[in-house]
Amino acid sequence: MDEPIPSGAPARHDGEPPFAQTSFGRRKVRQEAAARAVFLVMTLLMVAPLVAIVTHLVVEAWPALSLEFLLDIPRERMTTGGVWPAFVGTIYLVVISLAVAAPIGVLAAVYLNEYAKDSWFNRVISLAVINLAGVPSIVHALFGLGAFVYAARFGFSVAAASLTLAIMTLPVIIASTREALSAVPMSFREACWNVGATRWQTIRGVVLPNSTSGILTGIILQVSRAAGETAPIMFTGAVLYKAVERGALLPYYLDDQCMALSMHLYVLTTQVPNVAPAIPYATAVVLLGSVLLVNASAIGLRIWLRNRKRW
Amino acid sequence: MTAPGPTRSGARPGRPFLSLAAERAMEAAIRLSGISAIVFVLAIFFFIFREAAPVLFSGEFKPLEFLFSVQWYPTSVVDIRYGTLALTAGTVGVTLVAMILAVPFGLGAAVFVSEFCGPGMKESLKIVIELLAAIPSVVWGFVALTVISRLMVSYTSAPVGVNMLNGGIVLALMSVPIIVSIGEDALKAVPDSYREAALAMGATRWQLVVRVLIPAARNGLLAAVLLGVGRAVGETMAVLMATGHAVQIPHGLLDSVRTLTANIAAELGEAPAGSPHYRMLFVTGIQLFVLTFVVNLAADLAIRGVRRK
Repeated sequence: MDEPIPSGAPARHDGEPPFAQTSFGRRKVRQEAAARAVFLVMTLLMVAPLVAIVTHLVVEAWPALSLEFLLDIPRERMTTGGVWPAFVGTIYLVVISLAVAAPIGVLAAVYLNEYAKDSWFNRVISLAVINLAGVPSIVHALFGLGAFVYAARFGFSVAAASLTLAIMTLPVIIASTREALSAVPMSFREACWNVGATRWQTIRGVVLPNSTSGILTGIILQVSRAAGETAPIMFTGAVLYKAVERGALLPYYLDDQCMALSMHLYVLTTQVPNVAPAIPYATAVVLLGSVLLVNASAIGLRIWLRNRKRW
Repeated sequence: MTAPGPTRSGARPGRPFLSLAAERAMEAAIRLSGISAIVFVLAIFFFIFREAAPVLFSGEFKPLEFLFSVQWYPTSVVDIRYGTLALTAGTVGVTLVAMILAVPFGLGAAVFVSEFCGPGMKESLKIVIELLAAIPSVVWGFVALTVISRLMVSYTSAPVGVNMLNGGIVLALMSVPIIVSIGEDALKAVPDSYREAALAMGATRWQLVVRVLIPAARNGLLAAVLLGVGRAVGETMAVLMATGHAVQIPHGLLDSVRTLTANIAAELGEAPAGSPHYRMLFVTGIQLFVLTFVVNLAADLAIRGVRRK
């Protein structure tokens, strides 16, 4: 402003605090900066590993990385060649476990968010979901072995491994679907109820269409989780090696055992002697790359969703 | 006016029978899925218990030896022993190391994300945290076995790179994301009026964090730590690859240890189905199940405490 400064008042320059600085004030500013710096360093130390790990893995894997590596089968006692059978195996396990977990998980979330009242029984359900998410993966493996492999007589198979994965990843879908459903404003439901719709008609016509992207995000996260797990499939259906034709699209049956990327990485690093050094790194990059790509797409979807949210 | 609520599904005359039947079927499916979580938790316990039961009730099972003996010799020819104290010590040791590293950094990062950075940076940091949480445990194990173990050998006096410290570092990196995200939620739940009051009194940001926010979000932060502990206790592949394979009570950071989870993963493949060894591994599975259940229950109670306030 060009207002003349009344005589007597001190002239003010931009950026200068209006009051005289005291030593207390200066100390306060210093403390602020110090606190910020401390917390910033802590945060950076947490971010650094992600960058460092990814860079290191890619650099070490570089000599082996190619489309050929993805499409080829492991050769010469798994010391060279590619990861195709493991890659397809992982896709098998993910797709089948998703086909089982997605409907149950979404419906369970619908129940918890739309039907359940705040009773002790529903608190037990919520607790069960939390507990299911907290059960160690190796305990899921024991369960899969006892229930699917032996009790249900599936044997060591794609079916047993995928079902184990499905139960393990169910809480991921339940939690994120529930979040998506509860983001739909109550007024939407009330408007629908007031024109005479039943509870299910409201869910199908209003609640689900308005939370599709959120539910999809949860499903994508389930995929990333299922693809990375090793322990639950190790004893239920994944094997060290399975002969598969190069580039074959549907090499496994439901009652076959299969290879999987995560298991393959474990086997290459701990059980197979004289592997070409870049091969395990390249396997890790394929696994990590797929998982992070899937996760990034979930994040992208969420950001897109938030930007076009209408309420 | 009555409170808004859905019309009862049979209340409107003239609805086609099929649509009504489909709706009833759908609602039945929803209710069934709703209780699926309970069913699965019970099923997990049931099937593990079923495999473990023959040895639990055989009279040869000695609970005291199982819990408090350090001798785990499942395949010994002359003297088979199943004592899990060394394994429990391994789990506790690795988890402790992980938490000593992860809790300060995790909570510090949670404070930074929640209180100190602008919206743009907050968004990117949250994405990084989410990606960090998505890294599969076997990849962490691989990193532990190749990178960290090499560093360990060159910079410490450790004879082998796979040991308790290595496992602790990897577990810390794995449980930091969960501590940050739950901790940040807890800080976000503190009402803004607390912050405004503190700042109006002339508190610095540091004083605000230490004297106002941390006490106010105490329960939520505790839950964050407990969930981190739960993750660390239950982790299998990473510790299997990172901690070495010695069944012993660790005396120092650089000792190799074996955890309860890694022990199952390492031995289940070799134990013939139905053998006492196989069944004892299921008993340790029950032990783990109960352990993580208690930790998760405690975390849930802590979070519930926050909500009630």
